[in-house]
Amino acid sequence: MLLPTLRSVALVGGITAALLATVPAAAQGDALKEANQLFKQGQFDRALERVDTHLKANPKDARGRFLKGLILAEQRKPDDAIKVFTELTQEYPELPEPYNNLAVLYASRGQYEQARVALEMAIRTHPSYATAHENLGDIYAKMASQAYDKALQLEKGNAPLQTKLNLIKELFPASAPAAKPAAARPESVKLAVAAPAQKPAAPAAPPQAKAPAPAAKPAAAKSAPAKPVAKPSANPDEVLSAVNQWAKAWSENDVPGYFAHYASDFKTPNGESRGDWEAQRKARIAKPRNIQVDVESPKIVFSESGRVTVTFRQHYRSDALSVSSTKTLVMVRSGEKWLIQQERVGS
Amino acid sequence: MADPTGTRRKLTPQGLLGSRALRYASATLLLAVVCACAFVMNGRSGEAVSAATALPAPSLNVQPTAGPEAQLSRTLHEVGNRRLDAAASEIDKAIRDYPNFRLAHLIKGDLLLARVQPLTTVGNAAGAPMDRLEELRAEARARLARIQSQRPVNLVPRSVLQLEPGQRNVLVVDTARSTLYVFENRDGEARYVTDYYVSIGKNGIDKVRQGDNKTPLGVYHVTGRLSRDKLNRTYGKLAEQYGVGALPINYPNELDRREGRDGHGIWLHGVPFDTYSRPPLASNGCIALTNEDFTTLAGEIQIGLTPVIIANGVDWVTPGAGLALRKELAQRVESWRRDWENREMDGYLAHYAVGFTTGRKDLARWSAQKHKVNAGKTWIRVRLEGISIFLYPGRDDLAMVTFDQDYASSNLVHQMRKRQYWIREDGVWRILQEGAA
Repeated sequence: MLLPTLRSVALVGGITAALLATVPAAAQGDALKEANQLFKQGQFDRALERVDTHLKANPKDARGRFLKGLILAEQRKPDDAIKVFTELTQEYPELPEPYNNLAVLYASRGQYEQARVALEMAIRTHPSYATAHENLGDIYAKMASQAYDKALQLEKGNAPLQTKLNLIKELFPASAPAAKPAAARPESVKLAVAAPAQKPAAPAAPPQAKAPAPAAKPAAAKSAPAKPVAKPSANPDEVLSAVNQWAKAWSENDVPGYFAHYASDFKTPNGESRGDWEAQRKARIAKPRNIQVDVESPKIVFSESGRVTVTFRQHYRSDALSVSSTKTLVMVRSGEKWLIQQERVGS
Repeated sequence: MADPTGTRRKLTPQGLLGSRALRYASATLLLAVVCACAFVMNGRSGEAVSAATALPAPSLNVQPTAGPEAQLSRTLHEVGNRRLDAAASEIDKAIRDYPNFRLAHLIKGDLLLARVQPLTTVGNAAGAPMDRLEELRAEARARLARIQSQRPVNLVPRSVLQLEPGQRNVLVVDTARSTLYVFENRDGEARYVTDYYVSIGKNGIDKVRQGDNKTPLGVYHVTGRLSRDKLNRTYGKLAEQYGVGALPINYPNELDRREGRDGHGIWLHGVPFDTYSRPPLASNGCIALTNEDFTTLAGEIQIGLTPVIIANGVDWVTPGAGLALRKELAQRVESWRRDWENREMDGYLAHYAVGFTTGRKDLARWSAQKHKVNAGKTWIRVRLEGISIFLYPGRDDLAMVTFDQDYASSNLVHQMRKRQYWIREDGVWRILQEGAA
């Protein structure tokens, strides 16, 4: 694997705002809620059943169809998922999310050119759509890497970018979209509104998306790790503190502080050099944007080797993007500090 | 691009730094690539072209409009205009036309990566083997220099003084510019036809020893033609490296042997089928062309006749510039012939240099033999036909003369193709070496 996995997105505020009006409120029925819930629990067959029920009553409902696309992707039916998202892009060309997920699916099959086209469509509709930009960056980097392999006659096997379907699951919003302000894309919503009334309903929709409240304090890892199988010598609080400090440095765009949490033998995610990895991270972290990284429900497992594995839900919010995902850190003790040796998405 | 002043077209900073906002912020950093290229081009062209630009009437530039280098050129031109999409489309065309053109893939990679991260050089493949990257960068430099170089449309290599009527072409390899020029014979003078990118020995030039992986410098002739089938039968799997075929040349020639150079098997040949071209320094001393170019070139070759001049930097002159020297040498040859025919033994032997050798004989032994042989003859007639004259590259005092010699005397008739090396000693041209060609 050469590149970070692509970020797929769930249906967040923007799409909700744009589409809620297309479906009678009453029809936002229990079936969809249940499907959501089941999807989150990983019960994809049942989730599909429920979402189909919902769609039978509301065949045009974009949120239901979007969820169906996610479920099909989870069920490793990329062709079917691609069909669902393709239809969504055709009917709602102003929505970037279906394009983005389409791109993720194409990329997972090594069809980078199609993925690129889909992402550029997403960006055309929402120039400030950070997820699509980042995914496009990864696609370009992957295509570049392929070109370099051809140039240098390297046999790398070129595994396609993986979609990390579990990421989709984690990304799917809490079932009550209104509860959590879907922070992402204030500009894009503005654009959608500004666009001449292709969907007359859209301007009427309440501006659900709002700029992330900078004040929003990190829901800082509520101490109490779930089940720390703690070795007597190791103190889970220290580990937790290190993780929170790491999230804090990230949130504060503190690049040196952020790097200081990584062990000298840190295994870079794609096997790139430390320098390359740092350059890439630095570019993303140091950008003058409002970043908030929260750590939720950390689970700490100590191993015999002295390493500790921390799994948690990472909530990342910037002024352009809001992503939740499961993150796993493998940490080692170095003097008084716990340092990150491996970092990966998923558990 | 016509450019009578000899100034090169350059990707100027003005062209790069405009006011229009870039679509991709990170793409601004692609400029690094172009700057690097431009720097390389400028650095390279400065020395490579000085000879041509110093001439009173430098020829016009003929920009190739087709082929991979034209496509590379257009790609970089679009980058210079900050039109990354157009650049990508140009490089895609190059890859479509030449799927194994590794350098094009490298630049495609750069164009893609430029949308993601700053570029610092040509070929930003992280973690790739440095030697292979360097080879491709070297090819990029060589080809970019070629893109920007002038074609010797109205110039001739100083070395080519006279072609014989039967010679269709003369090939001139400039090892300093990774280029093989093809000239056709127009009334004994060379006229530029085309040129090709070539690779030479991985250790460069001036071959001395077998196995030194260097390309010899000198004047040679194509001696044969080896098809790929023939190469397969002879070399088996090793034949792969020669691509479509090979054209051996006569290294080491008489002069090389005289200088103690050895080795053998210096050829012009193609490249393995899995690549479009090879880096500038790649072979074991041979001159490698793309298979496409080799096939075109091989159709023009006359075995035993086509000269191959290999020089480290070619002296370009206007067509008439070599006339005086050509006449002088032709007169010396004619004078030699006449003295021989008239059995003026002192005059005849005075044409030979002190260091003269032929076969294993030195001047003294050979003179004695000549006296003895010619004493018994009542008449001699010598006719020379098909005289070609080349100045040795990099030398003002050494020339190669080849001709068909038709000799008849009272007791012997003999026809041969003869080659002589003439050297200028104290202002007088004399024969340093002669033998059958």
